[in-house]
Amino acid sequence: MNDQPQFREPLARAEAAPLAISARGLAKQFGDVRAVDGIDLDVPRGMIFAILGPNGAGKTTLMRMLATLAAPDAGTASVMGHDLLREPHAVRAAIAMTGQFASLDEDLTGRENLMLLARLWGFRGREARARADALLAAFELSDAAGKQVKDYSGGMRRRLDIAASLVVTPGVLFLDEPTTGLDPTARQGVWRMIRQLAGSGVTILLTTQYLEEADQLADRIAVIDHGRKIAEGTSRELKAATGSGFLHVALADAGRMAEATAILEQRLGHQVQPSAEGAELSVIAGTAQAANEAIAALLAADIEVTDFSLGQPSLDAVFFALTDRATESEPAKGKRP
Amino acid sequence: MSAIDPAAAVLQRVERPREPSSFSNALVFAWRAVLKFRHVPEQLFDLVMTPIMFTLLFTFVFGGALAGSTGDYLQYFLPGILVQTVIFNSVYSGMGLSTDLGKGLFDRFRSLPIWSLAPFAGLMVGDILRHLIAGTIILTIGLILGYRPNAGLLGVLGGFALLIAIGFGAGWIFIVLGLLIRTPMTVMTIGFTVMFPLIFASNIMVEPETMPGWLRAFVEVNPVSHMATAMRAILGEGTTLTQIALALAAPVVLTLVLAPVTLWLYMRR
Repeated sequence: MNDQPQFREPLARAEAAPLAISARGLAKQFGDVRAVDGIDLDVPRGMIFAILGPNGAGKTTLMRMLATLAAPDAGTASVMGHDLLREPHAVRAAIAMTGQFASLDEDLTGRENLMLLARLWGFRGREARARADALLAAFELSDAAGKQVKDYSGGMRRRLDIAASLVVTPGVLFLDEPTTGLDPTARQGVWRMIRQLAGSGVTILLTTQYLEEADQLADRIAVIDHGRKIAEGTSRELKAATGSGFLHVALADAGRMAEATAILEQRLGHQVQPSAEGAELSVIAGTAQAANEAIAALLAADIEVTDFSLGQPSLDAVFFALTDRATESEPAKGKRP
Repeated sequence: MSAIDPAAAVLQRVERPREPSSFSNALVFAWRAVLKFRHVPEQLFDLVMTPIMFTLLFTFVFGGALAGSTGDYLQYFLPGILVQTVIFNSVYSGMGLSTDLGKGLFDRFRSLPIWSLAPFAGLMVGDILRHLIAGTIILTIGLILGYRPNAGLLGVLGGFALLIAIGFGAGWIFIVLGLLIRTPMTVMTIGFTVMFPLIFASNIMVEPETMPGWLRAFVEVNPVSHMATAMRAILGEGTTLTQIALALAAPVVLTLVLAPVTLWLYMRR
C-alpha cells in the first residue's frame, strides 16, 4: 500500500500482527436490546471468515462496527493493523463493504456509479472511467453500463454493488449476506468470485444465515446468537464438537413427527431437531446400539421409517444444537451485572 | 446466463492512487448533483411549475383586487414569489438525503476514506443549481408579464445572491429532517407543515395592513417578511444594509444552529 511505506514503525507492527481483524469485547446496545454483547474475533489475513447466525443475531451490527459505520459502546478492535476508534480513516482506506441492500445511486448509470467511487478513491478523469469499464467488463455488465441502475435486475444490482467494493483492492472485504435473494446460479457465481478474491489475498468477512454457505465457503465460522459468539471453528471442528453419532431418520408419514420425536427423545435422552422441510428428524444417538434400539422402538409403535443413517451431524444440526444450548444458559446471562 | 466471473485483470491487486483532497471529494459529489439533473429532468418540472402557477394565479385572479391592477400587483408580488420558491425548493436536498440514507448509499460513502462532509457539499451544489434555474425561469416569466426590476442587472445579481443565501439557510431545516426521517414523503410533509404558515403569514402576497392586529404583529416579525421586503428593495428602488441584515438574520441563525446539529446527526453512529 502507498500508505507511507517509508515509516518503519507501523510496518513492523503490522508484521508482528498478521491478523486482518482483531476484536475484543465488542458491544453495541440499541435501547434495551444488546445487539452485540461482547464479541471477541480474530481473523487471520487472506481467510474467508463467516459469521453465521439467525436473523437478529447481531451479525450486521457486528460488521457495521468493524466497518466504522457504528461506534461500539464497549470493546476494542483493529482492522488491518489500524485501531477502529483512533484511526477510522486508515481503517476505511483498508476496507470495502457491500451491505445487505444495494448501496447504489438508482438515478445514475452503472458506469457513473463506479466512476463516482473511483473518483472518490482518487482516480482522475480518464483513469476513473477505465477502472469503471474494467470492473463492468469483469462483472459482465458492459452491456448495461449506460443504463440507469433503477432498470437493473436484482442479480445485476448485486454484481454492481460488489464491483463497487473492488474499485481499489481492499485489505478486508465485508459482505453482509452476499447471496440473500439470489437464484442458485447467481449464488454459485458470487461464491466463485469470493473464492477467487480470497485466492488473491483479500480477507473476506461475510455474514450469512445459510449454513450451506458457511460450510461451502468459509475457512472458519463463528456462530453468533443473541449478540454472543456461541462457537467458533472450522466447519469440521464445529461438527465434531457437537458429538458424532448423529441419527437421521426419515418418516413415511409427516403426520407422525410429534409421536416419533417423543419416542426418540425418550429412548436417547437428547433433544430431536426436525429438518426444515420434509419428515426428517436428527438426534444425538451416542452409540450404534442405542440408535438401533431407537429405530426398533419407532417400528414397534408402527411408525414407518423410509430411511435412516448414522453419521456426522449436518451443520444445520450443529447450529440448532448450539443455539439451543445458548438458550438454556439464558437465565445465567440474566444474572450478570 | 453465465454467472459472475471476474477476469484476471480485476483480481490483480489495484492499489489506491494518491489520496485526493477534501475539495476534490466535494467536487465529485457536485458532479453527482449535476448528473442527477441530466438523468431526472422531470424534477425541474416540479421545481418550476408550482411557482409559475402561483405567479399566474395570484397576478391575474387576485392581482386586480389586491393592488388595483395586475401590473402593480406583479411588481409587488414577483420578488416575494422568488423567496417563496427558494424556500419550498430547499426541500429537495432533504428528500434526496432521506432517500440516500434509506437505500444505504450513505453507508457506502461513510465507509470510504473521504472527507466526511463531502456528500453535503454535493447537496449544496444541487440546491444552488435548483435555485438558479427556478429563479431564472420565474424572473423570465415575470419580465414577459411586465415585471420590471428597476435596479437593473446589478440588482438582479444581488437578488440572486440573496436568494441563494436564503435557500442555503432554509436548506438546513430539510437536511436535518432528512437525517431524522427515513421516508422522503414525510420529510416533505413535515417541512411544508412548518413552511406554509411562515410563507402565507408574511408580506409575500399582501401588505399586512388589512390583517387583524395579532396577525400583523406576527407578519412584521416573520423572517420571511424581511426576506421578501429586502428582495423587493434589492430588485426595485435600492436596498439598505438594515434590510439585508434583517433578511439574512434567519439564514445565519439557521446555519449556526443547524450545521452543528447536522454534523452531529451524521457522525452519530
